[in-house]
Amino acid sequence: MLHCRQQCDGNHPVWGVGELDLLQLSISGLANGCVYGLIALGFVLIYKATEAVNFAQGDFMMFGAFITIWLANSYYLGINFWVAVSIAVLIMGMLGYLLDMIVLRRMFGQPQIAVVILTIALGFILRFLAGAIWAHEPQSLEFPLAGEKITLGGLVLGVEEVAVILVTFALCGLLYLFFSRSRLGMAMQAASQNQLAAYFMGVPVKRIQSLVWALGGMVAAVAGVLFASKGAIDPSTGLLGIKAFAAAVIGGFGSLPGALIGGIIIGLVEPFAAYGLPAGYSQIAPYLIMLLVLIFRPHGLFSQVQKKKV
Amino acid sequence: MTGEPVLQIDNLESYYGPIMAIRGVSLEVRKGQIVTVLGANGAGKTTLLRTISGVMNPAKGTILLNGEPIHGREPDAIVAMGMVHVPEGREIFPLMSVAENIAMGAYVRRDTSAVRRDEEMVYGYFPMLGERRGQQAGTLSGGQQQMLAIGRGLMAAPKIMLLDEPSLGLSPLLVEEIFAIIRRLNEEQGVTIVLVEQNARVALEVADYGYVMETGRIVMADTAHTLENSKDIQAFYLGVREETQRGQRRWKQRKTWR
Ligand SMILES: Nc1ncnc2c1ncn2[C@@H]1O[C@H](COP(=O)(O)OP(=O)(O)O)[C@@H](O)[C@H]1O
Ligand SMILES: [Mg+2]
Repeated sequence: MLHCRQQCDGNHPVWGVGELDLLQLSISGLANGCVYGLIALGFVLIYKATEAVNFAQGDFMMFGAFITIWLANSYYLGINFWVAVSIAVLIMGMLGYLLDMIVLRRMFGQPQIAVVILTIALGFILRFLAGAIWAHEPQSLEFPLAGEKITLGGLVLGVEEVAVILVTFALCGLLYLFFSRSRLGMAMQAASQNQLAAYFMGVPVKRIQSLVWALGGMVAAVAGVLFASKGAIDPSTGLLGIKAFAAAVIGGFGSLPGALIGGIIIGLVEPFAAYGLPAGYSQIAPYLIMLLVLIFRPHGLFSQVQKKKV
Repeated sequence: MTGEPVLQIDNLESYYGPIMAIRGVSLEVRKGQIVTVLGANGAGKTTLLRTISGVMNPAKGTILLNGEPIHGREPDAIVAMGMVHVPEGREIFPLMSVAENIAMGAYVRRDTSAVRRDEEMVYGYFPMLGERRGQQAGTLSGGQQQMLAIGRGLMAAPKIMLLDEPSLGLSPLLVEEIFAIIRRLNEEQGVTIVLVEQNARVALEVADYGYVMETGRIVMADTAHTLENSKDIQAFYLGVREETQRGQRRWKQRKTWR
């Protein structure tokens, strides 16, 4: 049962190198998957409440990361890390809110495709702006605990990866409490399950929708901070939003837990695909999974298909 | 039973794009009344209620709630003023539990202790809902969803309630049950009720006053008693019923009308 291919000195639990590698790969895949999952969460959040898909969600993530880098890194403003994160989250929240209030609300009655094109264009604008302001070289966020290692019996984990995973799960817990306990969260649920009925109950649906966009922006900012804490980010990184979109589809595009799990599935599959498949093939793994899910479970793994009783 | 006017509508016009769905409707509802608006499918009844509750904006005309103009206001402001709309087709929140749906009904209210009391009142009127507090609302039967929609509407503590076809798609037994509750709500809670129906027989049974709508216009208005006995109403709206004591006569009328 125990494989002892290299030194077994008895101090470490006896794990073979193969298992260690697998575990380490899984942890870093899980950390990546958390970021995909958070971006996917933003897609689904906004889609459920407003029936619009924000194709700029990945660019929101990138922009939130750059705002934090600009505020916190020593070669820019160098303010306190946590203050920088809070400000970036607030700014991205406001961006989401204002985008809905000023632009999208006026597009009411336009075909869906108009909103799609608009958000794609917005992604271009954010990429261009980030490049113009912060240049195109990859940059990392100066994470206060960066470089520290956590040793778990032979397993050496970067503190960044552990932080990404913990923060993601904490954020999801918070969001769960928010949606199930708070008045505003219930109103958001109501507006996304039955907009007309929400109107009849006196829910100010338009304002709620703007607030959902704000929440989408804030979650994207957190995803960006996590991404830039564990690796380098450049203005085109936002394009990984496409991968997160695949994650949302895998999860059913209507289920928040599904989005997170879809992201984690992609995150976990990626490193193993890179490990086992010839170079070039591994990149298509996420989309392959998406296609398989679409073929065999067209409503996604965690769909909440609701049949209306007549 | 004629208190002061609660709802006064004058010359209302509403459009869906270029389609004029409400063509100059005027009506009045007095405090404590049950007023029914009858009409065939497509007459504009739902549009009228949507315009009153602020989900649609009228192109013309005035709506006064307790003397205060409300046309063009947002629906949340109107709910907060004590008028609630229970939509047709049981528009519930399907993925929420029964209790959460009921709680959403009180969204505009801040008086927590009174909300608690009203929850118990709603479960008193609809014991079936009380037994299913934790059940997902989308899994309820049609009749249960209709009761949930009415119970949820009650949670707004309305002084006036707009009910859109509560009998739609329900068995005669369930219709009787729901209409008995509507009457009790009117008598015991003093809720003024505007009842939109295609089912003229049950509606006129509980109503004090009735309006008849055709293609966006009011074509007839009278006390429920007079309407029930009017030849036209019997022919066009009651004629197809065959199981009352006066069934024989109605049966004949249905035949001559055809
Ligand atoms: N969303 C809509 N868009 C366009 N026309 C509509 C819409 N809803 C209803 N109508 C039209 O408005 C008229 C009135 O409909 P409605 O108010 O639903 O009637 P009722 O409730 O009496 O059956 C009908 O001719 C219907 O076709
Ligand atoms: Mg209708």
